[in-house]
Amino acid sequence: MTALLQVRGLQRRFGGNLAVDGIDFHIDQGELLAMIGPNGAGKSTTFNLLNGQLRADGGTAWLGGRDLIGLRPREIWKQGVGRTFQIAETFASLSVVENVQMALLSAAGRVFDLWRAARDFQREQALGLLRDVGMQGQAERPCSVLAYGDVKRLELAIALANRPRLLLMDEPTAGMASAERHELMVLTRRLVAERGMAVLFTEHSMDVVFAHADRVIVLARGRLIATGRPAEIREHPAVQEAYFGTGLSFEKRRGAPQ
Amino acid sequence: MTPSAVLVQLLNGLASASSLFFVAAGLSLIFGVTRIINFAHGSFYMLGLYLAYSLVDRFSAHIGFWPALLLAGPMLGLLGALVEALLLRRVYHAPELLQLLATFALVLVIKDATLWCWGAEDLLGPRAPGLGGAIDLLGRRFPAYDLLLIALGPVLLGLLTLLLRRTRWGTLVRAATQDREMAGALGVNQAWLFTSVFALGTMLAGLGGALQLPREPASLSLDLSSVGDAFVVVVVGGLGSVPGAFLAALLISEVKALCVALGTLHGFGLALPVSKLTLVAEFLVMAVVLVARPWGLMGKAPSSSRHRALEAPLQPSGPGLRASAVVVFLLLASLPWLSAGAPYVTVLAVDLLVAALFAASLHFIMGPAGLHSFGHAAYFGLGAYGAALLVLKAGWPMEAALVAAPLAAALGAMLLGWFAVRLSGVYLAMLTLAFAQIVWGITFQWDGFTGGSNGLTGVWPAAWLADKQVYFLLTLSAAAGGAWGLRRVLFSPFGYAMRAGRDSALRCEAIGINVLRVQWLAFVIAGGVAGIAGGLFAFSKGSISPDVMGVGRSVDALVMVLLGGVQTLSGPLVGAVVFTWLQDTVARSTDYWRALLGGVILLLVLAFPMGMVGFLRDAVWQLRGRPGGGAR
Repeated sequence: MTALLQVRGLQRRFGGNLAVDGIDFHIDQGELLAMIGPNGAGKSTTFNLLNGQLRADGGTAWLGGRDLIGLRPREIWKQGVGRTFQIAETFASLSVVENVQMALLSAAGRVFDLWRAARDFQREQALGLLRDVGMQGQAERPCSVLAYGDVKRLELAIALANRPRLLLMDEPTAGMASAERHELMVLTRRLVAERGMAVLFTEHSMDVVFAHADRVIVLARGRLIATGRPAEIREHPAVQEAYFGTGLSFEKRRGAPQ
Repeated sequence: MTPSAVLVQLLNGLASASSLFFVAAGLSLIFGVTRIINFAHGSFYMLGLYLAYSLVDRFSAHIGFWPALLLAGPMLGLLGALVEALLLRRVYHAPELLQLLATFALVLVIKDATLWCWGAEDLLGPRAPGLGGAIDLLGRRFPAYDLLLIALGPVLLGLLTLLLRRTRWGTLVRAATQDREMAGALGVNQAWLFTSVFALGTMLAGLGGALQLPREPASLSLDLSSVGDAFVVVVVGGLGSVPGAFLAALLISEVKALCVALGTLHGFGLALPVSKLTLVAEFLVMAVVLVARPWGLMGKAPSSSRHRALEAPLQPSGPGLRASAVVVFLLLASLPWLSAGAPYVTVLAVDLLVAALFAASLHFIMGPAGLHSFGHAAYFGLGAYGAALLVLKAGWPMEAALVAAPLAAALGAMLLGWFAVRLSGVYLAMLTLAFAQIVWGITFQWDGFTGGSNGLTGVWPAAWLADKQVYFLLTLSAAAGGAWGLRRVLFSPFGYAMRAGRDSALRCEAIGINVLRVQWLAFVIAGGVAGIAGGLFAFSKGSISPDVMGVGRSVDALVMVLLGGVQTLSGPLVGAVVFTWLQDTVARSTDYWRALLGGVILLLVLAFPMGMVGFLRDAVWQLRGRPGGGAR
């Protein structure tokens, strides 16, 4: 089976510093792939190269028949890539259901329709997406009054509106309580299975990574140092060294503050 | 043009640069720390000049000319501290635009206070002792006093740099300029810092004014003209950057001096009076700098504010609102019959409707699209002049010209909008102001085509519309149709996209919405509707002058929108009607109507920060106990 996304030789330089130094990886359909690494490893840079917010200095990222590198964010979205942000980005002055309708309107190419009322546009589909993320009860609330965990769910619903093949999630559980984190990842897992898509996410919480990822890639100083199933990564000497120096492991660190 | 003439002009430029720098440095410091765009800064400059006149007049015999002159600085500093502590401190947490409105109200109050104290006549001070003469420069005479000014600019730059780099206070100022919230979180006493910065800035403006005493007469029009120049300097230099302000003052003054030195250029069979285009040159410099360096010569991208003004989702009109809209429309439509004995009523009503439509178009771009336009009068003026010129020069029938008016305005908005949507916040506001000034400058100076300062006369409606009451009905239909159309767009997918682009450009791009294109089109629509208002205005008056697109009209529109409440749809309509009516009645009953208006605005800003309609809406929601209603 060919991979859904195939990244090769991805590179980005900031001044004299190679933030991302020629990394290769792939994502298969139906997979939750976690990207981890210590601070400054190049996770965010890699992420922003894939979503078009940064320009790459080299490399390719083939999704189906199209290279995403060099495209603008909105062109990447058209290729079927949805994304969520580390600090959720939603439309604060629209209601919850209007947020989703906005995404549906864009997917239908009707942003520049100046005359017909938008209120009833694909309302059922919008409510359906909200139901998928457990937000149907809050459809009419202003987005600005939602609890943060709910904003994250809403953002997920927005990202799903154009039926993406690939979802990029930047620290999806940042700022959430432990129970909420696992709920969100269980929800994500269910959506991936139902919709036959794939997810690439960065994550600081090792609990979340080891409990929910199918596969993990580990970056350190701009290079890919390991890739494998969570259990393998946990025991991987290079990963342990990158994170803790020597002598510690994820097991011994359990319970330590993150 | 001889080398000596150019040299004298260049030296003139240096002297103006120093004067400009005194005002701009204070404005920049105040903005850097408090994030307030202080419209009243030019008023402090003007006050400094008037105060110096009186001080020199009374005390120079006792304490000498220079001490009396320089005393104006500290006195203005004290006034600044008072204004900050009593007024501005209350609006720091209000939306940016309301702060602007508050400082503009201050402009009105100070202007009338000055009028009351010193009268309407220009006052010319005495020459500076010992520097009254002129020196010989390559056979030309150059005022000795200007040499002193040339030296004072760099001296001030040096002193301010020392103050900012070498003192604890300066470190705090720089920290707050970079990140006000972080500085606050680290325990900097903000109240004291803000007051001291404001006092210093005001003192510099006052000193700058006082130093002009031997050079130019004190005049009541100095407030807006000096603050306009200072805005341009501060924006070109980069907000909050003192060296940037110095550099920009030099650049702009020298470009203007060169324009004067060039005189009239001849080429291609045309005579281009460059020396008359100094105003256009100034704003062109600004437009070029902002497009090339969006944050000014030495400015940095602003750290994004962590507070966003939130507003509640727009509600489509319910049956109650729709019914009352119909009732209001019918009442207005029967006005010609109701006011049969009082012909002035329909004339005033036309003004009110034109103002309401103009304000609605500004609100469209400012509120839902989040693009702050300080030069909206440009499109009003393009509509008015477009229609008038088509009738007078091209011989079009009036009806066709009225239809073409919005197209002319929309064309102008399309041109500026392409640049404008690439900027945001204060920089966007300043670019729109610059564009309006360029359009105004061209209209004002192109005598042969636009009639120059005299404007155009004989712009009358077609015969069937000549009756004031019929014309009122035409205006009513156009204004009601325009307002309804704007409202309809706001509830269309495009209206959602406008609000979405304002709330989160990142999210928009991530769901495939081209934010720049959405904002560009919003700009064009707003400009077009302003053009309709301009066309209606031209034919209602029969004559137009460059005033129709002056800064005053742009500011009036801002006041109308903010008065009504920027977060409501009916707010700008109510604001426009109240403002125009107040202006009309108060102006006829007192010489000090500006101060009265300023006082009313200050009261409104302090009492109803959400605008009148916003206040009413919140009150109604509170009564109904609606959840999440308070859009803060």
